[in-house]
Amino acid sequence: MKRRQAMGHTSTDTLSAPQRRRAEGATWVGPLRHYDILKEAAIATVVVAVLTVALAFLFSSPDTPPVTIEAWARAQPVGFSQIVLTELEGTSASATYGPPYNHATGDTQYLGPLSIEKVLGVHYPINPAESFVIQPLSALPPTDALSHALARYRSASASERARWEHAYAQALATHKVPSRWPGAGPVPVLETSLLSMARSGALDAQLVAHASFYTTNYTKPILFLGDSWKAQRAKSYWGKVVTAEHLKSHQWGVMNETGSWPGQPWLWLYTMWYQVPPMTTSINGDLYVVAIMAVLTIGLLMLPFIPGLRDIPRKVPLHRLIWRQYYRDGGHTSGATR
Amino acid sequence: MTGEANLASAVINLNHPDHYFHWGFVLISEANLVVVAIMLALFVAAIALPFMRPRPATGHALAAPAASADQEPPPDGDSEPPGTWTGALRRIGLRYLPPSKLLPDAQPAYVASWVYVFGVLTVAALGIVVATGLVLAVEGPAWWHTSDIGHFVNSLHLWSVELFMGFMAVHLWAKFWMAAWRGNRSLTWMSGVVAFLLAVVEAFTGYLSQTNFDSQWIAFESKDAFNGSGIGALIDPMNFGQALMLHIALLPLALVLVVALHVLMVRMRGVVPPIDSRPEDLGEGVPSARYTDGASPAREEVPSR
Repeated sequence: MKRRQAMGHTSTDTLSAPQRRRAEGATWVGPLRHYDILKEAAIATVVVAVLTVALAFLFSSPDTPPVTIEAWARAQPVGFSQIVLTELEGTSASATYGPPYNHATGDTQYLGPLSIEKVLGVHYPINPAESFVIQPLSALPPTDALSHALARYRSASASERARWEHAYAQALATHKVPSRWPGAGPVPVLETSLLSMARSGALDAQLVAHASFYTTNYTKPILFLGDSWKAQRAKSYWGKVVTAEHLKSHQWGVMNETGSWPGQPWLWLYTMWYQVPPMTTSINGDLYVVAIMAVLTIGLLMLPFIPGLRDIPRKVPLHRLIWRQYYRDGGHTSGATR
Repeated sequence: MTGEANLASAVINLNHPDHYFHWGFVLISEANLVVVAIMLALFVAAIALPFMRPRPATGHALAAPAASADQEPPPDGDSEPPGTWTGALRRIGLRYLPPSKLLPDAQPAYVASWVYVFGVLTVAALGIVVATGLVLAVEGPAWWHTSDIGHFVNSLHLWSVELFMGFMAVHLWAKFWMAAWRGNRSLTWMSGVVAFLLAVVEAFTGYLSQTNFDSQWIAFESKDAFNGSGIGALIDPMNFGQALMLHIALLPLALVLVVALHVLMVRMRGVVPPIDSRPEDLGEGVPSARYTDGASPAREEVPSR
């Protein structure tokens, strides 16, 4: 700048804001250089294609198989049965979640007095006791014991069911899944039947069988698996995989990938807010993060119109490095013929 | 629910066994016969009915192009009679985006930094992403789990996405430090930001569509943000079918359109001049441009800004 002023040159910084805006939008009549846009695009495509093939050849891509309910039930029969019991009791994360799955309030998030999910209501009705336990068991080939247990459970009062479930919780505390237990009513039969069903792989299929033949919705089995993570955390079958792969929320897991592959590093800012109080502990943490990111996104979008922020590039001289050739020549690039 | 049920029900009930006509080897249902008959009737009507009376062609001088000082219209570029939508669109296109701007063979000399390359690299990477995605789409979402070739195509898709997002981030940073929204280029900046946001969502739905452990975990962990913000009432990340359709149809279409719009805006508005440029370089005082390598431009107008 000093050099240009010493040379008697002017610049757009001497103009008023409207004049500068008009000038910077006007047709460039300064020096030009030859350019071939199609050649540039072709070279770029070849370079990116070669880079892509090289990276794919060198590093391949991750494909960790999904966790199945079958594998979970085989590896942790007691842990599985404990979660089934919470589904029957209505104390699981899914059962207490709230909209859009049910009318509970356990995970309902508020921004001030407003809960958007509460306003929008239930969209995918899920009653975990019915959806994850009773309905799948009803689809099994009927046996006398199971039919009797289902009928007895369905006709029981809420308090009677609660007594049975409380009794069976003590049974599971022995680290076994007994088929009989004093005071547990039909619950042992329901539990052991569902465990057998899960270990055979039939429960995986049954939880996605929302339609008669085709299926594309995995909400139920994922919520069921997720209940184990919510209740048993790193001790759960799913949790062990998640923790080992560094995918938990406080591990900045949103941007991570299994193995050593890069994941979604462009989500770093979104992920970062989960590490900052009060989002680390608040039940409303997700909504706070979404709200912060919405404001920041609007800010990025509207940057050209925000005084102060839009002036940062003018004040930080990084642009002088980008256009150093132009500035070095007092506004002309080297070799200019004017 | 009642309203939805009314929409789904029919005024005329066709949910019953149809009548079939059988002539020789031809067997056709009554419904199909009605459709064919309507098509034939349309064909006959289109041929037989008299067409609209033509408008006078006065002034429609296809053979007499109007020369323009600042653009190079094709021979019939400015000769459409007033009132046609096609002619209006062509005139607007030629006015704001003449061929010399759309496909330039010159750039302002200040476009002399490697950082400028990341825009075209981003577009090139997007092309590779779409191409590899098309192969995966043809073979179906489970193919790459069981086929070595499929896994390699998936790897190509993954790495082209990483390159695409990386190039776009560098491009975004560069454009911020250039304050590239200057000189009535706000919409160019904003379309670029929208493209970035669409790309983030597109990549996210891609992770949901992998049908592996990643998909399971990401769907489960993300549902709380979806639900809490109300988006969950519309989009369920655990609904694989919905995520896949968004990933391979709606979002790529939107992304490609916005990127195309962004590129056209760059071509139309030109590359932003350096901060504190000389006013005379910006059209104030110097009548014509010169090439820095000594060659003269092929025409007096500036081919690209």
